[in-house]
Amino acid sequence: MQMGKIIVLAEFAEGALADATRELLTRARDIASAAGHTVTVVAFGDQARDGVREVDADEAVIISGPTVATYHPETYERAIGEVLSDDTALVMVSNTTMGMDLGASLAARQNLPMVAYCTDLVLEDGTLVATSQVYGGKLNAEVEVPLTGAVVTVIPGSWPSDPSRRGTPAIREQAAPSPEALELRRVIEAESGQDVDITKADILVSVGRGIEDPDNLELADELAEAIGGVVSCSRPVVDAGWLPRSRQVGKSGKTVKPKVYLALGISGAPEHLQGMKDAELIIAVNNDERAPIFDVAHFGATADILDLMPALAEKLTGRAG
Amino acid sequence: MKIVVLMKDVPDLVDELEVEDGVLALEDMTFVPSEWDDQALEEALLIKEEEGADVFVAAIDTGDVDTMLYTALAKGADQAVKIVGDFSRTLTNRERAKLFADFLRTASADLVLTGVQAIDDLDGQIAGLVAGALGVVHASVVRDVHTADGQVQFIQEYSGGRMAEFSAKTPALLGVQAARKPPRYVTIAKVRQVQKSGEITEVEGNLTETPTLAVRRVYQPVAQGHAEMWGDDVDEVAENIIRLLEDKKLLRG
Repeated sequence: MQMGKIIVLAEFAEGALADATRELLTRARDIASAAGHTVTVVAFGDQARDGVREVDADEAVIISGPTVATYHPETYERAIGEVLSDDTALVMVSNTTMGMDLGASLAARQNLPMVAYCTDLVLEDGTLVATSQVYGGKLNAEVEVPLTGAVVTVIPGSWPSDPSRRGTPAIREQAAPSPEALELRRVIEAESGQDVDITKADILVSVGRGIEDPDNLELADELAEAIGGVVSCSRPVVDAGWLPRSRQVGKSGKTVKPKVYLALGISGAPEHLQGMKDAELIIAVNNDERAPIFDVAHFGATADILDLMPALAEKLTGRAG
Repeated sequence: MKIVVLMKDVPDLVDELEVEDGVLALEDMTFVPSEWDDQALEEALLIKEEEGADVFVAAIDTGDVDTMLYTALAKGADQAVKIVGDFSRTLTNRERAKLFADFLRTASADLVLTGVQAIDDLDGQIAGLVAGALGVVHASVVRDVHTADGQVQFIQEYSGGRMAEFSAKTPALLGVQAARKPPRYVTIAKVRQVQKSGEITEVEGNLTETPTLAVRRVYQPVAQGHAEMWGDDVDEVAENIIRLLEDKKLLRG
């Protein structure tokens, strides 16, 4: 097999290389070593230079310039397009906004096959096999990925990174393209100060679609009050306008690690699990016993949450009184 | 402003997913519009109502998509297009994207909206695949889409609650995460009424070669862990939760 490049698209969180990117680099090296390929990391913005200086990659391409300081779909895609070449064996990107945005479009532009929502990538007898989580986490698909040019998007947290791996990649600079059709007007930082910070709470009473009606949020508020916790939620509750975005747990919301995460009426879509699976103790209540939330919860019940919330609040209040 | 909304239907996850010989058995499943496509349609209808636009909705004929299209018309879409051909339920997203892209090349759309994802996006999300095939500007994980002066403004969500506001020249294609309001409901009676008076335009689609994946098998995952289950007795569940909180010394008083 001809030597090719495994390209990892890097992301940064709060100025540091994102954990999800470190995970990609760890697996990229495993695959590259076994298949006789090299690893290239592509990072964006002038601040990225320090972040990739010591990662375990053979080459680091720094896309520099003001137009890539913040994620920008058009400039990022065009810059990556210039990095890809005939010897690209695999492009790995996390299943974040950037991955959702660029993975499929790069694959289509380059006419490469793509596997989305990967949770595992292993070489089996020289064939790269991806496990993809589909149908809301209810099914897995096992798919062969040709190492002759393919794109994979990987769900963060799917495997651990190896912090002991260090390297001295050859740094190559590439000027960022200017946007032609898409103008970044402003970045809106995460809401803070106007509401409680759910990442600081010891106990989260988190509600999902099972809350059914905004009037039922009062039950969650009363339970949170009785239990000494804070109400958080999954995406559909925010999309319905029932709770503010500052309360949202998951991929596009907050990542939380409370002492207790009480998931009420939350099915456990992969995007939600991404934001809460590392909580110390997860108790899930959902009337669908097949709900994926039970696969990450420590304790579970199929009780009706609309009955449970007031009953639990009453017991807690009576106990305290 | 002409807006085209790309829609597809997917298996209803309320049903049990049956796998036979490593393949998802689709024959007896109920299909529903992908929930994110519904969000895209709602956002298009809100733009139409608030800022003025013609809303077209398009779907590929992989089964009974007529009800989905008539429902879109009943909700307020101006025209419905069905891309017809010899297409099976197992059409891949790459094939769908190719058919949608071919249709859009002659549709003169200013703005194309579709769901940010669907539950069966094994080989990529439609938004990115169609945008890549057409070479048009695009963004996904988008909400709050507005149009003004021939441009499109929208919010793209990053992670952790961070967001960015963009302005795009047309034509543009956006993968919608959520509409500004929950998707509207229409009665079955209204859909039936539209079925009698409304029309679906059929457009021929031709499948050509697209990158394919060798899927070894589909299977129900065996969870590495599973919750210790307490059943459905409310009192018992409440007592168990209190006991755990006591063990962790998290109860007040």
